[in-house]
Amino acid sequence: MNFFDSSVKRAASRRGHRLAAGMIALALAFPVVAAEYIAIPGGAYQSVLPTADTPLDVIIKPMSMRAEPVTNAEFLAFVRSHPQWRRDKVAGVFAESRYLDHWMGDQSISDAQARQPIVKVSWFAAQAYCESEDARLPSWHEWEYVAAADETHRDARNDPAWRNRILGWYSKTSNGDPEWVGGAPNAYGVRDLHGLVWEWVDDFNALFVSADNRNQGDPDLLKFCGAGALSMQDRDNYAVLMRIAMLSSLKGADVTGNVGFRCVRPDQETTP
Amino acid sequence: MKPVMIAIALSALLLGACSSETQAPSKTALAASEKVDTGGSAKGDFGPPQGEPIHAILTSPPEVPPATGRTAPAKVIVELEVRELEMEISEGSTYTFWTFGGTVPGSFIRVRQGDTVEFHLKNHPDSKMPHNIDLHGVTGPGGGASSSFTAPGHESQFTFKALNHGLFVYHCATAPVGMHIANGMYGMILVEPPEGLPPVDHEYYVMQGDFYTVGKYREKGLQAFDMQKAIDENPTYVLFNGSEGALINEKALKARTGEHVRLFMGNGGPNLVSSFHVIGEIFDKVWYEGGTHYQENVQTTLIPSGGAMMADFHVEVPGSYVLVDHSIFRAFNKGALAILKVDGEEDKAIYSGKEVDSVYLGDKAVSLEPVTEARDAAVSGTLTLEQQIAAGKAHYTGTCSVCHQDNGEGLAGVFPPLAKSDFLSKDPEAAIHYVLNGLVGKITVNGKEYDSVMPPMSQLNNDEIANILTYVFNSWGNDDGRVSAEQVGKVRKETPRSEGAAH
Repeated sequence: MNFFDSSVKRAASRRGHRLAAGMIALALAFPVVAAEYIAIPGGAYQSVLPTADTPLDVIIKPMSMRAEPVTNAEFLAFVRSHPQWRRDKVAGVFAESRYLDHWMGDQSISDAQARQPIVKVSWFAAQAYCESEDARLPSWHEWEYVAAADETHRDARNDPAWRNRILGWYSKTSNGDPEWVGGAPNAYGVRDLHGLVWEWVDDFNALFVSADNRNQGDPDLLKFCGAGALSMQDRDNYAVLMRIAMLSSLKGADVTGNVGFRCVRPDQETTP
Repeated sequence: MKPVMIAIALSALLLGACSSETQAPSKTALAASEKVDTGGSAKGDFGPPQGEPIHAILTSPPEVPPATGRTAPAKVIVELEVRELEMEISEGSTYTFWTFGGTVPGSFIRVRQGDTVEFHLKNHPDSKMPHNIDLHGVTGPGGGASSSFTAPGHESQFTFKALNHGLFVYHCATAPVGMHIANGMYGMILVEPPEGLPPVDHEYYVMQGDFYTVGKYREKGLQAFDMQKAIDENPTYVLFNGSEGALINEKALKARTGEHVRLFMGNGGPNLVSSFHVIGEIFDKVWYEGGTHYQENVQTTLIPSGGAMMADFHVEVPGSYVLVDHSIFRAFNKGALAILKVDGEEDKAIYSGKEVDSVYLGDKAVSLEPVTEARDAAVSGTLTLEQQIAAGKAHYTGTCSVCHQDNGEGLAGVFPPLAKSDFLSKDPEAAIHYVLNGLVGKITVNGKEYDSVMPPMSQLNNDEIANILTYVFNSWGNDDGRVSAEQVGKVRKETPRSEGAAH
């Protein structure tokens, strides 16, 4: 837990520094520095999702990914500068009634929440946030590509320890009070892809063919017993598959106490 | 076209109104031996629901909701909430169960054949996972699963007509299905036949399930799910009602002599088939597979994974009856044990003494050589401590180890340990009393409370009891000690007891 302690200290010293500089006028405010993005080299890999239009070898273009999920403090700064995303002002079609309802007020959070990952945030709001950082939500494949890493390997998916760590998080009940961001960086330097929150991806609603439950002749892959197993390339990938199942149960305006997000930026050199 | 339509509408009305005609075939549930065809789902639609909608009473195991008592089809609203909860799987060990209604198995649902069920599945906002429900009592693709895929903090609704009567399992069918079931996501729905079920004094709800943890059996702390063990079908625990302690001691099922007991018994799996047996009891009737017809006078009944059965039996003799999966290592090494405690007056004409079961004696091939040797030595007056211990061990293996185990450690919460037992060492003399006269009621052994029944073992002779106790006092790290046949004889003379009990 060393990384955890040091991140606490880091956050505290940042705040102390800025307070000393007299830069904070509001009684309750949290330091927000520009988010760190990590350069991710492109590459080819095998996804767990063998859909008809997805070849097994998925090509990922170079990009930069946020080192950490977006925190409450960061999202608070966002809604202050973009009031249309405040919970008291947001349009219902973009966020359901429980949007940000864990916050103390429309524009206030508790000290403990500052470094917690933002949750109870809709896909629309996450998308708008990323735009404010000149970024976008990652695609499922981009997220999966980076999340395949452990601390030392870029693709650790064959390591039972990697899978067990994911499952370890599944087996902990959620009390609506996530731990702080700042876990150990993976081989790319990206933190908290596993073990903290689910994360929105840009194409969450395209992960499966049919969303029509009444279409019994062509049922959703994950909604029936046998089909779930069929859709897995490798049965060991079920830990990742459960993340897909989770995302596919949501609609864009939905929020839950365990879904947050991070953003990516396409690489400037390769994307004209 | 029109006359045909009217004819159909009329017949539908008639079906709804003329209940005696449409429901007659189901009377066969009461006269099952005739095996008359009930007509199944084709004869299960008694027309549209009548009267105000009814909110179903849901119960936590082992309780069962009261009979519907209805004579006409109703609209029944069922509201079931999914909770992901860390709960005890064994003493000191916890597991994150995914539950229907906060318990494993999930809440018991009771409706009547022909009822229209409006089903609401709610997934608690704190849930990490999406869930759905497949009820085996639903006619339609997916059994409701496709219509109930529900994200955390959301609610789904679908409606079905209960066309077939019987006892049905329900379970979550979200991928990976096996994991959702292995985490406890199953329960049962009873669809009563139109005439209801024969009345009994007690109805209880029990389900078996197999559990797969990374840690070993009874390893302390929060245990994680082990997918490989699940694929290998090698469970860490096989449990009744989701916990080793679910149905023992003060939580045991209860009845009194002379009463009729009904078990609604299901098997959630995900993998194992249950050889369900109640030690010392015979099922008078088993509605095998939860269906319409019953078999009579059954010792052990198979319950498939994702299947169920109903059993009725009359209890005559007081004592503790042990519910087991008779694939017996599951019972004694993986937790598949529950207790039905029957209180009441003894009826010696039916059973001379209190007993657990004698079946297991056949498993113990006992060499009687040391017994013979000890007997000869006793006669000639040269009996040594070693001879006593050897003979005592043979008797112990044949008689005592069924409950107290070969290693003397008993079964936590059910049968007290003899190894390093503070209860025994407190008063070694009293041990002779316990063997001769049995022991009933609450005792505390090594800090743990036990509330079960040890039958009197007075059929053993003085030599045998002396040898057994001498073996016990000289084994498993107990302080040494020696009991003589004379000591046993003295106690036997002082206490009146029934002869011929046990084994």
